[in-house]
Amino acid sequence: MFRDIGQLVLLAWQTFLALPQVWRQRRKVFEQLFEMGNASLFVACIVSLFIGGVITLQTGPTLVERGLASAVGGLVGLSICRELGPVMMAILIAGRIGSAIAAEIGSMAVYQEIDALRTMNISIVRYLVLPRVVAISIALPALVVFAIMVGWLGGAIAANYNTQIAISYQSFFTNLRQVVEVGDVVKGIIKAFVFAVVIGIVTCHQGLKTIGGPRGIGRSVTKAVVNSIVLILILDYFVTRILMEFKS
Amino acid sequence: MSDPTPRDPSVNVTIRGLRKSFGGEPVLKGIDLDIRRGEIFVIMGPSGSGKSVLLKHIIGLETPDAGEILIEGESIQSPGVMDKYRMAMVFQSGALLNSLTVGENVGLYLTEHRLKPRAEIARIVADKLELVGLKGREDMYPSELSGGMKKRAAIARSLVIEPQLILYDEPTSELDPLMAVTIGEEILSLNRRIHVTSIVVSHDRELAFGIADRIALINEGTIILVGTPDELRASAEPIVQKFLTADHKLKPKQP
Ligand SMILES: Nc1ncnc2c1ncn2[C@@H]1O[C@H](COP(=O)(O)OP(=O)(O)O)[C@@H](O)[C@H]1O
Ligand SMILES: [Mg+2]
Repeated sequence: MFRDIGQLVLLAWQTFLALPQVWRQRRKVFEQLFEMGNASLFVACIVSLFIGGVITLQTGPTLVERGLASAVGGLVGLSICRELGPVMMAILIAGRIGSAIAAEIGSMAVYQEIDALRTMNISIVRYLVLPRVVAISIALPALVVFAIMVGWLGGAIAANYNTQIAISYQSFFTNLRQVVEVGDVVKGIIKAFVFAVVIGIVTCHQGLKTIGGPRGIGRSVTKAVVNSIVLILILDYFVTRILMEFKS
Repeated sequence: MSDPTPRDPSVNVTIRGLRKSFGGEPVLKGIDLDIRRGEIFVIMGPSGSGKSVLLKHIIGLETPDAGEILIEGESIQSPGVMDKYRMAMVFQSGALLNSLTVGENVGLYLTEHRLKPRAEIARIVADKLELVGLKGREDMYPSELSGGMKKRAAIARSLVIEPQLILYDEPTSELDPLMAVTIGEEILSLNRRIHVTSIVVSHDRELAFGIADRIALINEGTIILVGTPDELRASAEPIVQKFLTADHKLKPKQP
């Protein structure tokens, strides 16, 4: 995987250079967006609800015990929007959308559709990579905003119903509003954007270098998903570190 | 033809000392060929002899380890040469884009390079599909086509490029004998009508002797012989005769 970093950076750069041509590919971007939304909105909702719930469950009782009941909303709110929302959604999308991208492009490579495009002088980056990377870069941040809200709601529900926590919706969200700022949500969105580019580039790249028939496609899909998740979790640390420099 | 724009002349192709290995395994071991303007040049040889790899080199999908490929005397490696001449390749499986309709596939070159207005493209696509006997199939998807129809759609897609050089990889494999003859006729009539230099890779003897101006025999990455069909038949080389006369002789001969 780390041997490919150079190629990944190159592909990202080529995609960036092709950006001015994205308007021409808008139909494909919309198609991809629609598919991504369709495939992930419901799962994202369920996942976020439960993550919000479990993080409250894990932290709530301890805080309440120490008389810090008023900190629960803020703590849960922050961890969801800065960390859990973006990372969980990125992992979900890597599995749900990244695998589809790798499989589709991989089968195009195996069945010589990519070669055919090349012989027609059609840019692979512009035609295949660009619309997917752009679509996922729109879809994932949007999904993360949605997931953050649902996550908060999940947290509030758990805080309200668990007898060891027993914090009302009212006080949960009051505290959340005191602690969480717009800047925190923006940081979550920035993370989501970085992760989206990683997923798009890694899975397209892996798809393009698929060889060896249907088995090769399977291998590519696995590799694409695992590599993007590993890369996301590594980059998460560094992006967090960089974003710390910007006080919100 | 109805097309009023004058066609660019067909091109010649020269291959010099072409070598290629995959993972240390030599596949092409020094190929030299001269393909003339406007001829149908058939490259025949057994499976795995490197025919597809050779074609991919000619259209620039592979880069040679050594040697060069010249089109009209210019190396395809030098910048701009591949853009200067229009070439098309008909892949063995057709390689139509499965996510697009037949019509979108055939018109892809024109739409992606924005060469013509939409209505004009639709007209050209209909024209080319009719030429290959797929009139009115624009809205079908490749998955709805038979193997032979896919190949013919792929030929239509190549014709839209108005190529000066067209490469066919195993155009008749996986086809029934009747369809194979139809495709063969297609290749021949296209060549005669628009004088496009045609390189056909095949192990189909009937096809080769039916349409070729000249034939090259390739075996294990080396060219054994180049000649007209008649010269090939007259060759005394045992390996040539063996390849040309191999037959199904499974039943014991009746006394
Ligand atoms: N991209 C590749 N990587 C490794 N080996 C290859 C590749 N392409 C072709 N080969 C090998 O080259 C040899 C010739 O292949 P090919 O040109 O497809 O034969 P054919 O004459 O049947 O078309 C085969 O042994 C094949 O395994
Ligand atoms: Mg072959």
